[in-house]
Amino acid sequence: MAHFEKANSLNEWLDQRIGLNTLKRVLNTEYWIPKDINFLWAMGMVLAATFGLLVISGIFLLMYYKPDTNLAFDSVNYTIMSEVGYGWLWRHIHGVGASIVFLIIYIHMFTGIYYGSYKRGRELIWLSGMALFVAFSAEAFSGYMLPWGQMSYWAGMVITNLFSGGSLEAYGLVEWIRGDYVPGDAFLTRFFMLHVLLIPLVIIGLIVLHFGTLRLPHVNNQEGADIDFEEAAALYKAGKKKESKVIPFSPVFLSKDVFVMGVYFILFFYLVFYNFDFAMDPVNFDPADGLKTPAHIYPEWYFLWSYEILRPFGKDAGLIAFGIAQIALFFLPFIDRSPNVAPAHKRGLFVVWFWVLVIDMIVLTAMGKLPPTDPTFALIGQIAAWTFLALGPVLVLITMFEKKIGKGV
Amino acid sequence: MEEEKKGRRDFLGMALGACAAVGGVGALYAAKRTWDPLPSVKAAGFTTIDLSAAKPNELVVEKWRGKPIFVLKKTPEMKENPRDIVIGSDRFLVTIGLCTHLGCIPAYQKDNLLFFCACHGGKFDTSGINEPGLPPPSPLEIPPFKIDGTKLVLGEEGPEYKAMLAAGITV
Repeated sequence: MAHFEKANSLNEWLDQRIGLNTLKRVLNTEYWIPKDINFLWAMGMVLAATFGLLVISGIFLLMYYKPDTNLAFDSVNYTIMSEVGYGWLWRHIHGVGASIVFLIIYIHMFTGIYYGSYKRGRELIWLSGMALFVAFSAEAFSGYMLPWGQMSYWAGMVITNLFSGGSLEAYGLVEWIRGDYVPGDAFLTRFFMLHVLLIPLVIIGLIVLHFGTLRLPHVNNQEGADIDFEEAAALYKAGKKKESKVIPFSPVFLSKDVFVMGVYFILFFYLVFYNFDFAMDPVNFDPADGLKTPAHIYPEWYFLWSYEILRPFGKDAGLIAFGIAQIALFFLPFIDRSPNVAPAHKRGLFVVWFWVLVIDMIVLTAMGKLPPTDPTFALIGQIAAWTFLALGPVLVLITMFEKKIGKGV
Repeated sequence: MEEEKKGRRDFLGMALGACAAVGGVGALYAAKRTWDPLPSVKAAGFTTIDLSAAKPNELVVEKWRGKPIFVLKKTPEMKENPRDIVIGSDRFLVTIGLCTHLGCIPAYQKDNLLFFCACHGGKFDTSGINEPGLPPPSPLEIPPFKIDGTKLVLGEEGPEYKAMLAAGITV
């Protein structure tokens, strides 16, 4: 048994029992972050804080929400919105948060792509991050079912139908997922379970993993410079903070994060209080009706790009294209053949590829929102979908021939 | 002695693994069955509809297993099709009213004599046949039916339905 002495403070008492000081050192005061970063490096903690807000607002919504097809719609739109004191606040935080969290996720992802933060030892950071993106998507979809409005019902219908696998006609699987021939009570209650328990557990586990994958390779920096962290840390600890290339995660880096979060939360709560409508689809304020399809079914903005990849093709081809689009980004660390860890603007053609990807996803998003009837827009959507699918092989080619950047700059 | 110990530990390890595997498979099966549609949901799967009141070129929407059912009495001008349900001298289109692409409900455009799906632009004619080149891969599905005078029992397979199945007209 370990040796225990009388502790002189709570800190000492805890340190003897759970190694508090070691924990603090490893996770905070001696977890080194490069100095050469910008505000985009704060998006990780912004995401963590937004997830926290979603959990807290969700806990309050949970107290009045009823997962029953007869009661769900009114429990949200009547009870929570007009009876429960400040119920509207939790709902608007939850709705706005669910939408904005995807905006930040996309910024976080594109930052990683731009600076090559998925390469040379950082592959697992990218993979665990992509797993988080999938888990957040599932969380958003299952949550979208809960108010049981028209968009909930028909999004549930369309998305569960994807599991019939096109010409495979696997309707048994679809009925199994729904627990009914159509989305009904069994469906609503099981998606409620997924939304409030199982998927959040998975997300929390993945966040821990995502943080863990960062610890050894450290976060990237603006130049992709290969920093000798031990040397830089020694300088910092010796008091030469100016000469050192690093700062500790806590309290120095965190205080920068907190500043960015401050700016972010001003915008966030402006949206919550004055401009929450964008996160509330008007069609979803009609109760679910299995005998009436809304004139135009579209997902929330953050799913539009992949939805648009599904649309211009026939059933089977569309499903395959959609499947490829869903998993394509996972492979980024392995299809980027260049050894350079550097910002895109120093990597020749890669910077063109990067901006084509960004613009293509914005075009897909815009086209996904438009009704399918206009042939010009349908054509633009089709071209954008093909462009997206072609970007993978193109990346392999241009990174194979990318010039190696001399190090030591 | 050491050898004997190792053999015993291997056996214990394998026995534990086997028991855990059996339990795991059992738990997975129970979980799968828990998500199956309930017997009460399955039992409510029969609906009778009366076709005698239908008017030509006027779409009637019924409900069967939570899904919309299109009933369209054909006018003499509309093309005949082996998919038609014939009662006396009348011909009817009876299909599940869900687009075969992703399950939206197409709207009937009376003047154009076609079903139009607003989700991805699919079109079906008055026999429920999909227009080629558009997302829906197959015609609107015909639900299992049994003719009973001028009435139709949905969910039960009558001889006419079985003939359609055998001819590959519906799935």
